[in-house]
Amino acid sequence: MAEIVAVIASTHHPFYYRASTATGEDRPPFADEWVAKIERFRETLTRARPDVLVMVGSDHFHQLWLDNMPQFLVGKAPFYDANWYNEEREFGLPRMLLQGHEELSAHILRQGLDSGFDLAFSNELRIDHSVTCPIITLRPQADLPIVPIYTNIFAPPLSQPKRFVQLGKAIREIVAGWPSDQRVAIIGTGHLSLELGGPRQFGPHGPDPEFDRRAVEWIATGDLDGCLAEVTLDSLHSPGNATHGFMDFMLMMGVAGEGQKADHVDSLDLFHTMEAYFTWYPNGVPE
Amino acid sequence: MTKYLLDKFLYTVDRDPGLVERYRDDPRGTVEWWEQERANAVLNCHTGEASTWQRFDDAEREALAAHDYPKLFELGAHPFLTLTLFIAMFERDHGEPLSFQKEYAVRLAHFSLPYPDIAT
Repeated sequence: MAEIVAVIASTHHPFYYRASTATGEDRPPFADEWVAKIERFRETLTRARPDVLVMVGSDHFHQLWLDNMPQFLVGKAPFYDANWYNEEREFGLPRMLLQGHEELSAHILRQGLDSGFDLAFSNELRIDHSVTCPIITLRPQADLPIVPIYTNIFAPPLSQPKRFVQLGKAIREIVAGWPSDQRVAIIGTGHLSLELGGPRQFGPHGPDPEFDRRAVEWIATGDLDGCLAEVTLDSLHSPGNATHGFMDFMLMMGVAGEGQKADHVDSLDLFHTMEAYFTWYPNGVPE
Repeated sequence: MTKYLLDKFLYTVDRDPGLVERYRDDPRGTVEWWEQERANAVLNCHTGEASTWQRFDDAEREALAAHDYPKLFELGAHPFLTLTLFIAMFERDHGEPLSFQKEYAVRLAHFSLPYPDIAT
């Protein structure tokens, strides 16, 4: 069976690419510290020696739209073009081409459907920065095949937080049951407290540092019960109007497992939002 | 209320570089043209199939025509769509990095929780 060699959860900050590549006067004062943290984070994936990456993210109204909005969608294509004109325009993100892994996509779709998740699929998916940001931070050579999984954290009505956790647990079991000798890393990105297009946006910190502190604690300790006891679709409006992206972290907590302490935990307090990085090694820390 | 159509306007303009400039330069004319020519287009159909019933109400049409993003927030337009498009149109007019985004927040400062519902 396939081996899950790393489970990784992260924020996806679209400004990292520009900040980390800027030089001279254009380079922001926090760039060096940010790059150092990302390089340590990248090493946690590198040392796991993955062959294929399952990538959980959320389309930001790029390909998925309100006339036909799936809650959970799995890409099944041989290739994925990536990043969109408005991400190039606003964040300076590069165009990318990533290889797919259709066999693993088909396995996840079949087993997901058979275990009670009515997953949508796409055979031609142009992915956005929710997937390419972690490629840029964790695997910038972009040389591994991926299976993208999109969640709707953006366009209400949304699935409940517990459903994200259940799907994470199912993805873990499904990937572990894949008849293959491949080494798989499961990577997902979301947000801590975040406000977009509202009065609390672009402050000196994230809109709710206390939520961020507690969220990092929930994730780092695998405290699914504590997290699920407090987080609801309604409660997530309070830390910031885009904080429903935290449910992708909850999905990844489901992948990692109840009570599983992360082997790598780091964060960076930035303007606008806090960055946070977590890695679990299900089979122990690699040599 | 037709929040969906507001969002459809923001979405279809934001992804088209030509329309971003056209909406920046001639908001009222662009909104009028879009409502007449584009509002009923079914986005994944390229054969002329279209809806027949989409139209803005007066408050929505005026908010778009006036580039009134606080009003769009009040009407429940999706804040991500509004923010992204308005950054594309107006960040260039502001000298300091993020100064447009900060001004945008200040202009919305009179809103408190719960914010207007964005469900479509």
